[in-house]
Amino acid sequence: MSELLRLTGVSRRFSGLQALRDVNLSVARGEVLGLIGPNGAGKTTLVNTICGVTPANSGTILFDGSDITRTKPYQAARRGLSRTFQIVQPFAEFSALDNVAAAALFSQPGTSLKTAREAAREHLAFVGLEPQADQPAATLTLAMRKRLELAKALAMRPKLLFLDEVNAGLNSAEVERATALIHQLAKDGITIVMIEHLMKVVLNVCTRIVVLHNGHPIADGPPREVISNPAVVEAYLGQQYAKRSAGHG
Amino acid sequence: MMSRSNIALLVLIAALACLPLVGGAYALRLGTIACLYATLALSWNVVGGFAGYPSFATAAFFGFGAYCAGVLMGKDWPLWAAIAASGALAMVAATLLGAVLLRLRGHYFAIASLSLAEVLREVVNNATDLTGGGMGLNIPLSAGASVMAEATFFFYAMWLVMLLTAAMVILVAGSRLGFALNCIRQNETASAMVGLNTTLAKSIAFGLSACFVAAAGGVYAAWVHYIDPSDVFDILYSVKPIVMALMGGLGSPFGVACGALLYLGLEEVVWRNYIQIHSGVLGVLIVLLLLFLPHGLTSLRFGRLWRRAKHV
Repeated sequence: MSELLRLTGVSRRFSGLQALRDVNLSVARGEVLGLIGPNGAGKTTLVNTICGVTPANSGTILFDGSDITRTKPYQAARRGLSRTFQIVQPFAEFSALDNVAAAALFSQPGTSLKTAREAAREHLAFVGLEPQADQPAATLTLAMRKRLELAKALAMRPKLLFLDEVNAGLNSAEVERATALIHQLAKDGITIVMIEHLMKVVLNVCTRIVVLHNGHPIADGPPREVISNPAVVEAYLGQQYAKRSAGHG
Repeated sequence: MMSRSNIALLVLIAALACLPLVGGAYALRLGTIACLYATLALSWNVVGGFAGYPSFATAAFFGFGAYCAGVLMGKDWPLWAAIAASGALAMVAATLLGAVLLRLRGHYFAIASLSLAEVLREVVNNATDLTGGGMGLNIPLSAGASVMAEATFFFYAMWLVMLLTAAMVILVAGSRLGFALNCIRQNETASAMVGLNTTLAKSIAFGLSACFVAAAGGVYAAWVHYIDPSDVFDILYSVKPIVMALMGGLGSPFGVACGALLYLGLEEVVWRNYIQIHSGVLGVLIVLLLLFLPHGLTSLRFGRLWRRAKHV
């Protein structure tokens, strides 16, 4: 598998807080990488740094063969980096269709609004939101808005897709539905980096896991191996979980 | 593919064009001011209504256009060339300035845009050789036509600027740029994340908005023949378009144009009847309108009003 993304010595500081410290990370094409860690570990900051929202203070980021360390968010988006937000960010007054159309329109310069809307309809159908296509985004339920985020991200024809807690706040039926979608995307060959707290989903979907703690990766490897790593248990999962999963394992 | 409200806007503008057929000098003067106000409000709406950036820079571009055209006409440029040049210059200047100013959001942007007029006023005050400074600037009279002929001429000049502004606004609203500005108003972070170059879109909007305001300033200068800094950089030129847009209905070009006419009507009636306390009365009326009709004239649905009246 060839390499799609490589971070070398990436650090990011917010005045007194070292949010990311010397992060080295590589993502291969076609992988589904789970990014886990306790609250405040720097998971979302890592995604923001890669996407150019909070540029790295030091280190380099290579994406698809070119240096994107200093690119702006809109440039990163046009290069094929797309993301969903942990706190959903719809265009509230737009219909679901126009939300997705905006993503198709601006991520690929030269697209017409008409083409963008046609593409948007397909992506809405994929996430199961076609019946709500003409409804304003503000009126959708949280689960629907999460799927809308996903449709927006997909409309950008991503090479690399970041999913930031797409399952947070969903009930178990909704989680199952979202998980099925992620499986489908992975099968279609989209490289995925997902931040996720639900271990069931992580173990079910990811091919590899990286654990972030205090802004630094402390473990990296196949899911089963990582979650039995003593350092990970100490930092994130807790003794209880380790015992339980050992019992199951 | 034209929405009903855009057609209504064009009909309104066409109706205004008939004014010289029915009105005298006073009506023409009011009509010219109506066209000026509508131009300012429609232009402001591109940045304030579409993109949601509360700009107080209208006075700056109005004064800039007035002085630019005034100085050029003093150098024997023909009227149309001077006005076109002032519009074009304002557009370039505003686009460049926008790239810097529009990085600020909300109150910070409002304050920064407010200071623009003050800065330009001081520049004009101190560039005495070019602008006459605080003494003001005389603009050569166009050939000695009759009073009525001149009034009609400047009415149509201002009307034309308004028509071009309306055409620009309608084109922008239906374009990719209009879609982009709409996205920026709703969620700027998300806009950037889907690949929209927000700074560029906002700067172009700012430039387009400044262009027609400056052209209107140029026509104004030629119309009144004499301008001075405290007149054309008056902060009221920044505030009035915002009030008009709010009164008419933020974002809707037709609503904003109606707001401009309503504002002018109120201003004129209040000025005539309460000459001593006109600003106070006008202020109270504006507050009342905004309190009871927060989404402007366009939110009025006569059917609904009727039903409500029946319930009472």
